[in-house]
Amino acid sequence: MALIAMETGRFHEKYSEEIAVYGTPYRKIWILAVLVVTFVVIPLVASPYWLVVLTLVGIAAVGATGLNVLVGYAGQISLGHAAFAAIGAYTSGLLVSRAEAPFWVAVPVAMVAAGVFSLIFGLASLRVKGLYLAIATLAAQYIVQWILTSWTWITGGFQGIVIFEPIQIGPFDTTTPMGKYLMVFISLALVVVFVENLMRSRSGRAMIAVRDQDIAAAGSAVSPLHYKLLAFFISSAIAGLSGVLYGYNAGLVSTEVFTLALSVQYLAMILVGGLGSIPGSILGAGFITMLPLWLRDLLPAVGIELSASVEVHLLTLLFGVAILLFLVLEPRGLYGLFRNIKDYFRMWPFSY
Amino acid sequence: MSELMQLTVSGVFTGMLYALLALGFVVVVKGSGVINFSQGEVVVLGAFVMSWLLTDVGMPFWLGIPTTVVVMMLVGAGIERFALRPLQNESMLALVMATIALGSVIRGLVPMIWGDGLRSIPSLIDQRRYEWLGIAIPTITFWSAIMVLILLGAFGFFFSRSRLGLAMQAVSDDRVAAQSLGINIRLVNAVSWAMAGGIAALAGFVWGSLLGVDHRLVVLGALIFPVVILGGLESIVGAVIGGIAVGLVESLSAGYLNDDLGAGFSTVAPLIMLLLVLFVRPYGLFGRPEIERV
Repeated sequence: MALIAMETGRFHEKYSEEIAVYGTPYRKIWILAVLVVTFVVIPLVASPYWLVVLTLVGIAAVGATGLNVLVGYAGQISLGHAAFAAIGAYTSGLLVSRAEAPFWVAVPVAMVAAGVFSLIFGLASLRVKGLYLAIATLAAQYIVQWILTSWTWITGGFQGIVIFEPIQIGPFDTTTPMGKYLMVFISLALVVVFVENLMRSRSGRAMIAVRDQDIAAAGSAVSPLHYKLLAFFISSAIAGLSGVLYGYNAGLVSTEVFTLALSVQYLAMILVGGLGSIPGSILGAGFITMLPLWLRDLLPAVGIELSASVEVHLLTLLFGVAILLFLVLEPRGLYGLFRNIKDYFRMWPFSY
Repeated sequence: MSELMQLTVSGVFTGMLYALLALGFVVVVKGSGVINFSQGEVVVLGAFVMSWLLTDVGMPFWLGIPTTVVVMMLVGAGIERFALRPLQNESMLALVMATIALGSVIRGLVPMIWGDGLRSIPSLIDQRRYEWLGIAIPTITFWSAIMVLILLGAFGFFFSRSRLGLAMQAVSDDRVAAQSLGINIRLVNAVSWAMAGGIAALAGFVWGSLLGVDHRLVVLGALIFPVVILGGLESIVGAVIGGIAVGLVESLSAGYLNDDLGAGFSTVAPLIMLLLVLFVRPYGLFGRPEIERV
């Protein structure tokens, strides 16, 4: 059998090749295929139930992609991303309902507000090395939850409920499952394009340099504080967008949505999906969002009936177990798993 | 004036109990360098085991308390063996995520075993108040604070005098250097987690007696961080002083600020203090800034 010519790696001869959007011709096809499936095939064939589920996955994926900028690329942990999502959601909700701002003003303002608010905590903790950001953002989570529940003059009304007016532009209407689906996935596509481009730019590479060797980065005129703060700002702003999307999807937000548990879920998503990879964030968001659905559908199928409260606890338990298993067995997450399988078939019949 | 005195004294005593929570965290940092985000959950587990052994199993105190401590030490060592040892050479990020995941596992497991209801711990001493010059202190708080002082003294002695304690400090300082000097890193890591488990059992007993045994005790875990940030992550004296400071901030803001700033401000006041400390003195009052070279 003639030996098939195999690539031994990807070698770049020019800088422009290295920063190209489509590193290989296959990539162009892949991206096109994903876009066609997301925006043509799924809207045509999916049942309303699956549209709703996928919308939830998309909202989570926006938040997870944002968090991945901070954790995967800049190497910092945030335990307060649910709080920043809450800032985004409440800012846009209140701007629309009280100041009657149009959504295309309210949403960017909400994202900036979430980012700027997060900088208070970033500035406090990112000046020192280590995991102080995790601790400061944990404080942020509790402080924001307290503000939302006790300062009723901000949130107004019972349990801080703020109603989101649906967006209606011609045939596009966010009261229907299809409108919600499109709203979320267009946002997700924009976020992915933004983050993908960020990582090709100087800023993105500087973040990776700070993550890998911050002292060496500082020696190369890359300020660790500057890029850590930048990553934190971008990440929190995207989390804010995720909060806004949640609000438009559910039609309202209340104080009970944005808890520490949600912050931990975001972390679980990027860990299960794969740190520092955008497809990984989306896969992880899908896995963690659908875990309760699988649990609900699969357990009765194998003959186990659990009461609702036990199911909630089992879910909490499984989150932890999933994170631990991925940490120990496949630290590169679902995306790493996918790469391994792909490489296996690419190299077949050789092992490597 | 007497109100201020009362708030100050009860703040100091409650602060000693916060120091007990933080002690378990500090021991893990000292022995293995891991920032443990699950100490709050481990304390809850300790409280549930204690309450189960003392009420459902019906053990007397002299047997139940040491048994819980031993069980929790085994749990601590088990956590180290099965969750953290496989990650030994991974990044700090992976270790922290592992502790967060552990917290989630315990939070799910505890109500699955013992149900959702509020449990109680029988009282070891009669629940009265000591009164002195018009200042009242609950008996539990008073004697717990005394116990904490003794425990902190013992741990301070252990870390500064005993061979194992010094070995633990060496490991947290520089693992590779410690290993090349013949220190058994696995033993040191396991011992530090076992100690954290044992301390969590006692903390669970004290806090469970004060507030009742309930999954909501995990909220206490969040208060560990202001204590250790103020005191420095690996200082035992710092844990006491940080604990007292947090107790004072909480008690005084409960007394004077809650009405103006909204109910429950006293629960977040220590966290706001944490942020202020990070702005002014990020390494805590007793921590040392690290100097690093490439």
